[in-house]
Amino acid sequence: MAHKCGNCTEIFGMLSEYLDLELPPAMCQEIDEHLATCPPCVDFVKSLRKTVDLCRQYEPSETPAPLGEAARRDLLAAYRRMLTGEFAKPEKIELPR
Amino acid sequence: MVAGRKVERENEIELVRQLRAGNPAAFDRFVEHFRSKIFQYSWMMCGHREDAEEVAQETLLKVFENFEQLREPERVRSWVFRIAKNACLMKRRRGIFEPAQELSLDELMPLAQRNGQMVKIEIADWSGLPDREVLRTELRDVLQRAMAELPEIYRSVILLRDVEELSTEETAQVLEVSTDVVKTRLHRARLAVRQSIDLYLRNIAETRGGRNGTQVRQLH
Ligand SMILES: [Zn+2]
Repeated sequence: MAHKCGNCTEIFGMLSEYLDLELPPAMCQEIDEHLATCPPCVDFVKSLRKTVDLCRQYEPSETPAPLGEAARRDLLAAYRRMLTGEFAKPEKIELPR
Repeated sequence: MVAGRKVERENEIELVRQLRAGNPAAFDRFVEHFRSKIFQYSWMMCGHREDAEEVAQETLLKVFENFEQLREPERVRSWVFRIAKNACLMKRRRGIFEPAQELSLDELMPLAQRNGQMVKIEIADWSGLPDREVLRTELRDVLQRAMAELPEIYRSVILLRDVEELSTEETAQVLEVSTDVVKTRLHRARLAVRQSIDLYLRNIAETRGGRNGTQVRQLH
């Protein structure tokens, strides 16, 4: 193996941008070239990609309780005011106490 | 299975149009879909279900109140999350002035110094990870815990970018930071989560007595 020392650490900070296709082509090529000769980094990149996949498929263990009647009524009232354009009008008129 | 997550982004945009047109069915679908999303984000951010349910309700009320400000329906997801993020900050029970913890890149590298010079990479065997059904198993809990343990500034980014699949720009808008900050934080968040999963896989391999659990290889 005739690698320059430090190659792995040099690309390490760019691997998410590499996976997200957010790197300039030159840097992307540099990483491709490194990966072509470095199996441990390939495995690392695979595990990082898998991590992102797992996040995308993630379903939380907690879900909200069913929407209560009162809460739904409040939301529906807000939606109706939205439709009648009430919210678009200048806000509250201050009434004397 | 959370029904809301099945609604894709195009459906969200269509929901916005129908909501504006006054379609009554759209109201319940919109509320169900976003209530579940906001709850999940807030629950991961505040850690309390009561808070998360309140954040969801407050956010939805604000969404309807300010709906005319949403000019492009395409931006509905990031717009809703921006409102949710602010509602979440108000609920935060821990000290607001708690210093933001930083994750260091060095500690997230799978490197081990040997004899001062030798650098090796240690990584579990990820190839056996099943693709989909796995999330119903304990791996889901490992992932959840790994995200929950991240410092807030990283947790919010990975939740928005990878779980909610917002773009880098949208995430930057929601969190009111630059796209470079989003990229830096996302990378560290992913590395930390990767490390937790890796540790979990190595522990499994060790308990099973498998020899293939960990690969230790020369790094350049
Ligand atoms: Zn390498």
